[in-house]
Amino acid sequence: MLFIKEVLDSSSKMRKKWEDEVKKSVAKWADQKPRWSTVSDLEIKRLYTPEDIKEMDFEKDIGYPGQYPFLRGNQVTGYRGKYWTFRMFSGMGSAKDTNQRWHMLLKEGQTGLSTAFDFPTLMGYDTDSPKARGECGKCGVAIDTLEDFLQLVDGIPMDKVTTSMTINPPATILWAMYCAAAEIKGISLSKIGGTIQNDMLKEFIAQKTLMCPPEASVKLISDTVEFGTKHVPKWNTISISGYHIREAGSTAVQELAFTLRDGMEYVEDVIKRKGLDVDSFAPRLSFFFNSHIDFFEEIAKLRAARRIWAKAMRERYKSKDERSWWMRFHTQTAGCSLTAQQPYNNVVRTATEALAAVLGGTQSLHTNSLDEVLCLPSDHAVQIALRTQQIIAEETGAANTIDPLAGSYFIEALTNEMEQQAWDYIHKIDEMGGMVAAIEKGFPQLEIADAAYKYQQQIDAGEKIMIGINKYVSEDKSPIPFLEIDDKVETEQIGRLSAVRKKRDNKAVKKSLDDIKAACKKGENVMPYCIEAVKNLASVQEICDVYREVFGEYRDPGLY
Amino acid sequence: MSDKKLRIMVAKPGLDGHDRGARVLARCFRDAGFEVIYTGCHQTPEQIAASAIQEDVDVVGLSCLSGAHRYLFPAVAKLLQEKQAGDITVIGGGIIPEQDFQPLYDSGIKALFTPGATLDSIVDWVRTNIKPRA
Amino acid sequence: MELGKRIKAGDIRAASRLIRNIEDNVSEAKTTIKHIFPFTGNAHVIGITGSPGAGKSTLVDGLIEWHRKLDRTVGVLAVDPTSPFTGGAILGDRIRMQRHAEDPGVFVRSLATRGALGGLAKAVGDAIHVVDAMGKDVILVETVGTGQQEVEIINHAHTVIVVLVPGMGDEIQAIKAGIMEIADIFVVNKADREGSQKLHRELMTVLDMSKIPKDGWRPPILMIGNAFDPVEFDRGMTELTEKVKGHYDHLISTNQIGDRIRRKTRHELNEALRSCILEPVMKMLVTSGELDTMIDVLLKKESDPYTIAEDVAGRYLQDCIKP
Repeated sequence: MLFIKEVLDSSSKMRKKWEDEVKKSVAKWADQKPRWSTVSDLEIKRLYTPEDIKEMDFEKDIGYPGQYPFLRGNQVTGYRGKYWTFRMFSGMGSAKDTNQRWHMLLKEGQTGLSTAFDFPTLMGYDTDSPKARGECGKCGVAIDTLEDFLQLVDGIPMDKVTTSMTINPPATILWAMYCAAAEIKGISLSKIGGTIQNDMLKEFIAQKTLMCPPEASVKLISDTVEFGTKHVPKWNTISISGYHIREAGSTAVQELAFTLRDGMEYVEDVIKRKGLDVDSFAPRLSFFFNSHIDFFEEIAKLRAARRIWAKAMRERYKSKDERSWWMRFHTQTAGCSLTAQQPYNNVVRTATEALAAVLGGTQSLHTNSLDEVLCLPSDHAVQIALRTQQIIAEETGAANTIDPLAGSYFIEALTNEMEQQAWDYIHKIDEMGGMVAAIEKGFPQLEIADAAYKYQQQIDAGEKIMIGINKYVSEDKSPIPFLEIDDKVETEQIGRLSAVRKKRDNKAVKKSLDDIKAACKKGENVMPYCIEAVKNLASVQEICDVYREVFGEYRDPGLY
Repeated sequence: MSDKKLRIMVAKPGLDGHDRGARVLARCFRDAGFEVIYTGCHQTPEQIAASAIQEDVDVVGLSCLSGAHRYLFPAVAKLLQEKQAGDITVIGGGIIPEQDFQPLYDSGIKALFTPGATLDSIVDWVRTNIKPRA
Repeated sequence: MELGKRIKAGDIRAASRLIRNIEDNVSEAKTTIKHIFPFTGNAHVIGITGSPGAGKSTLVDGLIEWHRKLDRTVGVLAVDPTSPFTGGAILGDRIRMQRHAEDPGVFVRSLATRGALGGLAKAVGDAIHVVDAMGKDVILVETVGTGQQEVEIINHAHTVIVVLVPGMGDEIQAIKAGIMEIADIFVVNKADREGSQKLHRELMTVLDMSKIPKDGWRPPILMIGNAFDPVEFDRGMTELTEKVKGHYDHLISTNQIGDRIRRKTRHELNEALRSCILEPVMKMLVTSGELDTMIDVLLKKESDPYTIAEDVAGRYLQDCIKP
């Protein structure tokens, strides 16, 4: 119990008095709207009191940083030893263009790299594929072969900087390229650190970067987890992502529930398929959340996430190692909260969302640039976004103390409520037979579609407000500079690719692709074969075509 | 006793899978009383044009958030024209910077909607500009 | 006439426009149907019915693929429900078949029910004629799949496939909805799921107890695995395609095809009579406002529905009411 009986009694007495006064006051001055709720439509009370958290147990439910249930963070010292990693997601045009942006960001004080690939790379097609027309370098960097990759990491100290790569279906291949590049530079695999997103379940649920069916996709992911556990110990082989689920229109609770249930699915698969002990790989699982515009809801969500994961790992999977109980996560501010109208307002939104992520205890953060609803971010916009993080870290005092909102009646009550609702979803999915089964039924997809439609209707009805869209609309004529990806990036990239195809040893390529095929059929770990294949300059699509051939191709079932 | 309905195809060309907008719009068009054919993600311009003709739609609504609209939208419009189906109206939406509007209009795209466009404004545009054919 | 010629010549725009006109009840559509009617009756019409989420569209996609491998051209008519509240519809079956969008040997057209009961759209009968006149060898008709009484398909198809999935209480639904009797082939879809053997057994029991098989054809029950498992799914589809062909051959060898075609034709005539007799009369009654007056009369109990109906028939169909 957090409060002794006397406190609760007096709170109850005082609350009744206050409620009477509220009634009188509201009779005179009606509330501005009948119902107050979060952006996810979770109803919020006018006031929270000790009575709202009277059931909580300090030791069991709150505790200390670095201690179970990790509500207050994994790090014993909070942000005092080290701020979160300032990690700006970037990638555009050719490998050379992105490499330049990376050097600029490192010079400006960024502490980790994060790679955006273009759509052909993300979907496992080469730039010269007919399906790739018009997409090359448009929303990320184009990588076809190891040659491009070596250009990408040119001059980057791979043993010092950690690199995150947002890559899913072809994660094995791009990670193999990273490993191969390190080896070529003479850096041991045990020295390199970073993250591959490698979370296919959320692709089926939300973002639809698709290649093979769910079952086979999970198998490839388990391969990377196993390979990382054995050979690349500092690598996070998966970043279990709620970001895209939220961007697809889910509520905060859905983001929380589906992401964590995805995580559980991966844990179960690795244990079952690879026979690994949970504590041998679980400490390298990482997460990735959205920070949306509803300030307190986001803080509560991130706190709840840590507590749910710790409980699940300890109780559900009987993990013994404390590091397995840690939920380590990256956060990105919400792209879908930004507006193309009056785009400079986006700076304010992003700053608020970034502050929520910090108060929620994120370990790594990307802040969106103000122009991201319009195009890829320009250098100047990226700099403002990065400075936003630096201001929060070094000027505002937000990082002075650990989990500063703990003990707030409201925050704790909201954290509890969101956790409870998330568990309800998790149990429902358990009953369906797990996440793969739920996805095949279309359950999470349709839950999200419903939430997205409801939100859009609330916006249209003016029940939810977006400034510049349904309130305070004005003709905003302050133009913003615009980053354009030249169409000649595509022709040049195709040129580079065909040159590689000419000069490489095509027999060796064929052999290494055959080896991958054999490994897939035998159920062997594909990673060593992928590293060999990329070293022989096999392209992303050539390897993905093998996957598609062996495992089948998954097409969007288009649930609506 | 003719009973004309507006038929509209919501399509996602290219490799981009961000289908939140497309799916929300499909529902919204249904609720506006239209018959909506949704193609799902990852469609080539050729697939979209062929489907639009087989389905005899009045409108094709394209959604693209990847930046590839400059190639993909005109490609759909051009294919429809080549197949003597230039009377099918093509509209688009997504992350589209203003400077791309005019070239897209010139290529035959009749209207463009960017983030923040209300569902009502899109339905209104369709109601005002498209009459179901006989 | 022009449109009819174009359809026969394989003009997709003309065909899809004609289907549109049929759906929209545009009167010229009838004229075109008259022109194409002599060229119909060649395609094998296959109905696919079953509850929502049973995977009908995925099976249709598989059937397209298989028929194309055998070099047969395919037409698909996929029906989805119209919302009774808004009159709109999302026609989403096509999504599963999009990989065939560019194949000139495949024509896929989505239809909304527009208030029709029985799992199909009113326009389906004539739409089948259109696709038939286009020269497609096989026409696949996918019903709505609301789990309701979807037996209408029997009036249109030569072969009816009923798709069930384990764990949805489908067997009971099927018996209740009367679709056991219409099935020529059963598919237990997603057969990798728990309960598929049980469903198979229950179907066997029901078949054993019922009067089926009639006329020498006992509906086979096929197990088709998860569509995500390419090997299993292919095996299932091969078997299904063989059974579909087997059923058609059986109809021909036992001369039952004649009965089916007769039933189909009778239904068509029925629909045409309704369209040419009842609908014009209704239209006149509605536009003249007479229908409302009649309702008022009935509400006041000053007459009864039969007297009024006989009176209307007397005005338009003199011969009918004579005893």
